[in-house]
Parts: sequence; C-alpha cells; structure tokens
Amino acid sequence: MIEAIINGLYGLTTGFIHISLPNVVMMGVGCLLLYLGIKKGFEPLLLVPIGFGAVLVNIPLGGLMEEGGILRTFYNAGIRTEMFPLLIFVGIGAMTDFGPLLENPKILLLGAAGQFGIFLTLLLALALGFSRLDAVAIGVIGACDGPTAIYVSSQYAPHLLGAVSVAAYSYMSLVPIIQPPIMRFLTTERERKIMMGVVGKSVSKTTKILFPILVTILTGLIAPMGVPLMGMIMLGNLLKECGVVSRLTKASENEIANIVTLLLGICIGATMEGHAFLRSQTLMVFGLGFIAICLDTVAGVMFGKLMKVLTRGKINPLIGAAGISAYPMAARVAQVQGQKYNRKNYLLMHAMGANTGGQIGSVMAAAVMLSVLRGMGII
Amino acid sequence: MDNLTFGLSLTVVGMGGTLLSLYVLSLFMNLLKKLFPFKKENEEKEKKS
Repeated sequence: MIEAIINGLYGLTTGFIHISLPNVVMMGVGCLLLYLGIKKGFEPLLLVPIGFGAVLVNIPLGGLMEEGGILRTFYNAGIRTEMFPLLIFVGIGAMTDFGPLLENPKILLLGAAGQFGIFLTLLLALALGFSRLDAVAIGVIGACDGPTAIYVSSQYAPHLLGAVSVAAYSYMSLVPIIQPPIMRFLTTERERKIMMGVVGKSVSKTTKILFPILVTILTGLIAPMGVPLMGMIMLGNLLKECGVVSRLTKASENEIANIVTLLLGICIGATMEGHAFLRSQTLMVFGLGFIAICLDTVAGVMFGKLMKVLTRGKINPLIGAAGISAYPMAARVAQVQGQKYNRKNYLLMHAMGANTGGQIGSVMAAAVMLSVLRGMGII
Repeated sequence: MDNLTFGLSLTVVGMGGTLLSLYVLSLFMNLLKKLFPFKKENEEKEKKS
C-alpha cells in the first residue's frame, strides 16, 4: 500500500520532472502576451487566447497538441484546412465599408504600394538563408493582415505559423507607434498640411452591391489562388451591402467572428511549444516582420508623394501610410498626424479609403504571389 | 534558378501584378460608378421602402 501511495505521489510530480527551460521561457512569453493584451490593450481579442494557448501547450504531458488532444483537433479542423482564417475574412468583409474607397477609386493604388514591404522582406529572408516557401510566409507579415499571414504560413510553412502570426498581430497593434516617425521623416510640414476636402456621398447602393461581386470575379480570374481569401472577404461585404440578410451579417461580424477568433488564437498559441519555437529563426522572423511593416509604410508614403505630384497637390501623402491592411488603425494614424499639423484637416475618410484599399491590396498581393509561385511550379 | 533570381522575379512579377490588378480594378470601380450613378431621390426611396 505504501508503494502505491508513493507511486501515486510520484504521478503528481511528473509535470515538474518533465518541465524544461524552453517550456518555462515560453510560459513566460505566453504570460507576456496575456499582459500585453489585458493591461496594454494590444489586440486583446487575439493576444489573450494566443498567450493562454502558449501557456497551455508548454505544460508537460498535458497532451493538448498530441494526436487526439483538444488543441490538435481544433488545429487540424481549422488551421490545416484553412477554415479559420477564411471564416475570419467573412467577418472582416461584413465589418468593412468600402464606400470611401469607391468615392475615390484611384486611392486603391495606395493599397497596392503598401504591399511593397512583402516583396522586399521576401528578398531579405532569402538572403538570410530561409527556404523559398519560408521566405514567402515571412514576407506576408508585410501584408499587415493576420488572416492572410496565417493562411499562407499554415499552408506553406506550418513550422513558422506561431512566429509569423504573433509577429503579424503584434506589429499590427504597434502601427500607431511604428508609423508616425517614418511618416514625419518622409514628408515635409507643407505636405502634411495639405487638406483633401470632405468626402462626398456619391456611391449608389447598386454600385456597393455590385462591387464585391466584381472584385471577386476580376481578381479571381487574375490570381485564382487568391479566390478563397478574396471570395470570403467579399462574401462578407456582399452580405452587409445587399441589406436583405441582416441576420447573416450580424452572425458573420459577431458570433462567427468571435468563435473563430477564440479558436484561431488558441491554436496559434498551441504552435508555440518551447522546443519548436525558441530558435534563432523565430527571432529573425520577428526582425524581418518589423522591417516589412516599416518598408510598407515607406512605400505607401512615397507613393502618396508621387500621387500628390500627379494630382497637383490634391493628395496628402500621409494617407499613403494607411495603404496597409491594419484596419482601421492605420487610417486613424494618418488622421492624427494630419491634424497635428493642421487642426482643420480631416483626412480620416480619405485614409479609410486607402486603408480598405490596403485590405484588398494585401489579399491581392498574397493571391498574386501564390499564383506566380504556382506558375513557377514551386507550389 | 538561384534564390536571388527567384526573389527578384517574384518581386517584379508580384509587385507589378498587384499594382496592375488594382489599377484595372480601380478602372472598373469608376465604370461601376458611371453606370450606376448616385441619385439622392432613389436612395431615399429605397430607404423608406
């Protein structure tokens, strides 16, 4: 009987016996993410489940990511099949108003310029010795678009999924800190003071309904590999704009988005097991992700300057920084920076147009990249 | 194909393709606006109905 008691007590110590330094470090990282989400308000909807997932998966012998474990089941069902990021896109589409973009379609080009960082970062990652598909997944952090980054990395570099996703969401939440110094450095005070006038209301309901259908067909024909991504975001937008399926719209932007965000977050956290995550590669991914977002901002502002010249001073280059996909943070940053130098300047709606252009641009860039890779026979 | 050639090709085709696609899309958006112009009265009627 004493032996049975000793064996029983031994069973209670196995967790402590099997824990290793990487697990402890990653539990610390998980707690740090929880702190950032809860106390600092950095993307709490994602960082809280990601942080908790990281803590969970680093408790030895929990078996959560073993075959049959609950997190492995969620992972296989939602990440491997790409279902979670795509469902999130339906919600994003349902929450996005493309009206400001439709008011001034040419600012869609700012959304294209804001993706330049993807490709330059890809080149840097290749130079640092990453494999081609790893470099593609790292470059996509520059899309500044969590679901797109998850979609691409889960498909082509699943071992980098945790690092890529956490980097993408962390830098998205840091946009208000990362962008302003770059915006100020690249623009003159005179440029920052340019007023763009009031955004009118000149888009008909029919145009708003036809827009998601047109985008899906056109972009799908150009880059078929992006149909799942673009199709889902545009489905969500069509639900919103058609006005006859309010229940589905509400479900997409609330219940579905909330449930999937929770499961997606916890699954990403579950990929952060200490031994797999704590590698020099992970640090490089974070470094390259930071560079990607900086390069996106540089390209966006520079393109904004070019458009300013072409339109004879009608475009404020600050809205170029909103050409990334971090919606609506990047647009707010442009508004705040504009008002700092001219209190009467209201750039928000113009920046919102560029920002929604950035959402389309990021998905399009990923779609084009995947289609080109398929054309090259790499995927 | 070495990594540098691969990276440069992907950058040129990828970025060029993205810019070109979005430019074409912006043209279609303009066309949509011209085909279905905003009419205040129509929008108000729709809202009421």
